[in-house]
Amino acid sequence: MIAESIVNISAAVISASTPLLFVAAGELVVERSGVLNLGVEGMMLMGAVAGFAVTLTTGSPILGIVAAAAAGAVMALAFAVLTLTLMANQVATGLALTIFGIGLSALLGSGFVGQPVPALPKLHLAGLSELPVIGPVLFGQDALVYLSVILTGGVAWFLKRTRPGMMLRAIGESAASAHSLGLPVIRVRYLATLFGGAAAGLGGAFLSLSYTPMWMEGMTSGRGWIALALVVFGSWRPWRVLAGAYLFGGVTILQLHAQGAFHLPAQVFSMAPYLATIAVLTIISAGPWRGRFNAPADLGKPFRPSV
Amino acid sequence: MTGGEVVLRLEKITKRFGDLVANDEVTLELRRGELLALLGENGAGKTTLMNILFGHYTADSGQVSVFGRPLPPGQPRAAIEAGIGMVHQHFALANNLSVLENVIAGTESILRPRSDRAHARAKLAGIAERFGLTVDPDARVGELSVGERQRVEILKALYRDARILILDEPTAVLTHQEAERLYRTLRGMAAKGLSLIFISHKLHEVLAAADRVTVLRGGKVVAERPAAGTSRDELAELMIGRRVARPVRDQRAPGPVVMTADGVDVVGGGVKRLSGISFTLRAGETLGIIGVAGNGQAFLGELVSGLARPGAGRFELLGEAVTAPGPRRFVAAGVGRVPEDRNANGAVAEMTVWENAVLERIRERRFSVAGLVKRAAGRAFARTVVERFDVRGGGPDTPIRLLSGGNMQKLILGRSLETAPRILIAAQPTRGLDEGAVVAIHAEILAARRAGTAVLLISEDLDEILELADRVQAIVKGRLSPDIPIEEADPRRLGLMMAGLWNETTDAA
Repeated sequence: MIAESIVNISAAVISASTPLLFVAAGELVVERSGVLNLGVEGMMLMGAVAGFAVTLTTGSPILGIVAAAAAGAVMALAFAVLTLTLMANQVATGLALTIFGIGLSALLGSGFVGQPVPALPKLHLAGLSELPVIGPVLFGQDALVYLSVILTGGVAWFLKRTRPGMMLRAIGESAASAHSLGLPVIRVRYLATLFGGAAAGLGGAFLSLSYTPMWMEGMTSGRGWIALALVVFGSWRPWRVLAGAYLFGGVTILQLHAQGAFHLPAQVFSMAPYLATIAVLTIISAGPWRGRFNAPADLGKPFRPSV
Repeated sequence: MTGGEVVLRLEKITKRFGDLVANDEVTLELRRGELLALLGENGAGKTTLMNILFGHYTADSGQVSVFGRPLPPGQPRAAIEAGIGMVHQHFALANNLSVLENVIAGTESILRPRSDRAHARAKLAGIAERFGLTVDPDARVGELSVGERQRVEILKALYRDARILILDEPTAVLTHQEAERLYRTLRGMAAKGLSLIFISHKLHEVLAAADRVTVLRGGKVVAERPAAGTSRDELAELMIGRRVARPVRDQRAPGPVVMTADGVDVVGGGVKRLSGISFTLRAGETLGIIGVAGNGQAFLGELVSGLARPGAGRFELLGEAVTAPGPRRFVAAGVGRVPEDRNANGAVAEMTVWENAVLERIRERRFSVAGLVKRAAGRAFARTVVERFDVRGGGPDTPIRLLSGGNMQKLILGRSLETAPRILIAAQPTRGLDEGAVVAIHAEILAARRAGTAVLLISEDLDEILELADRVQAIVKGRLSPDIPIEEADPRRLGLMMAGLWNETTDAA
């Protein structure tokens, strides 16, 4: 009995963490290139509605997932054109993108509210999912869960080992130096921003296709903002971001279970992940870790090359 | 002048910062009417010592006495009242106030209903007259030149009745002419009975201006010499701790032309930053561009590194007109660079030494294949540069921000020279570096020239230009003077050229 509920809770934690991981891993790449895109919540919602709508109308979840990534990337492209080409303020543009995404996704999704979509099939990896406890938790999830972990590993490998990854880090730390060393600052920032948008779109699709297979206005309910905080929490390092995402996923699930155990209004428990975000951010920015924050030095600073 | 009474005495001053001993039992005497130079490399403990004297720091042990009375430690107020004035390297002036207001600020109680301007004005005029420090008391400080602002700082100290004056690197921001004028003034002040200490790492200034030189190295006093009884070589050796052979420029016939500008304009931010500049750069020679900072050097540096678009006129790199520049193209064509601001334009502080060493050439096959960085090759390249150019303070995996300025500069120069560039752009290559690093950088630049590299040296340091360049042009307000051979250049003529008076000098020649 207890073993079974541990399995259920663990599987639920992983499921709740996955959208955060997608979005945070994407935003990590964006921020390491020196761009601060606060529009993640909007991009996520657009991914959620696009993924849901395309899956429902075509019957193909794969097409839906692709559409979700594309929708997030299109939103990111608008952000990139405004901030990287037209030099608009990144914070203001990001906030506007979020508000725009909330409104546009509600408009596009108005015909889909309350409709059911088949949940993504669970992948049962040959034999492994039969293992006791570990099997159903680690090997009985759907494809997007695995993809999110692969994505995180890929980001870590990309930043550390590849040439574009090294260029991207240089550009995020010092755009002026990178430019004068001949690195393509604007192009790399564009690509990083688009990648971040696509990842946010996937995070949204996971919500509307797997976590709660349906479309609802504003269904991300602040997860984009938590993901932004997770990037800081993970001090811009992929595996720490993954640990942070699972920690916050855990808090989300635990508060659901706690609602049954204590007689307090449900809203009090719903606040838990957000309170945890604030608490963690406060602790890491005021505690002894201060100064080892590792934020990219040129984060959010506009750069316009002279030639 | 050394026979006067002792006005200031520092006895066995020791100051530690953690494990670092910044001052180790330093003993120093200053006599009335004396001009003492405190010579030492960056990090030798000069500024720490003066901060202890002025009460900004408290010594761990030791005693400061002024006019025979011990000075309470850690109280700047007490130091001022005892008659010590300090002129910092970075001025502490309010640009929006007049000279007079700056001078009297802080000398009157904040509760006093109105200040006695007439009295202050008369007192200031008296001091200015007596020491030859002429500045219009009603001029706004923001509109003054750097040299004039420094005079205001000195006046500020004298107005507070300072009889001992400490100047921290007073000529770091001055032109040659301004520096000469300053030292004449300081000598005059010493002759009228003031006692002065100035901190410097410039040997020729110390020799020309001071009565006595105290050399600090590693926090200790290593020597004291009368200025008349020492030499530049001896002081350099004392300061660095080993013999340094100053590199010598040998005569060479220049090779083919590698870069030319003919009437080139550069526009930046809608303003013409360079107008109608012309120069020719040949292989195996050094063209020096001398000028006071802020006269367009930054834009010239950008133009010749492919970071700025040439407007009107013709700009050629290796015989081809440059119409679509770009740093990548210039690097590929063999242009190596030591940027003016190594932190903003040369290095990525948070990345490691090896990453910084290869970033510029990361697309080359030896450093990356199929999008993957060859980390072993990068580290090996960095190790080669570190060894050949004697970069100290870290290995390939050290973040570059942990290196000192001199070592970072050696790495930046080294990563360019290791690939035998055809052209080397060196913009203020030794600014802020100490003597040991300066000698090393100069030797490398001369070696590159000997190997056939064309060197464009942009500098505000007359000594550096005279030592390294074959020909000199001056940059003034975005214009370049015609060139003169180095044999015809001396500090006076270069000074006039830097003031924009090159027509007069060519007429005179």
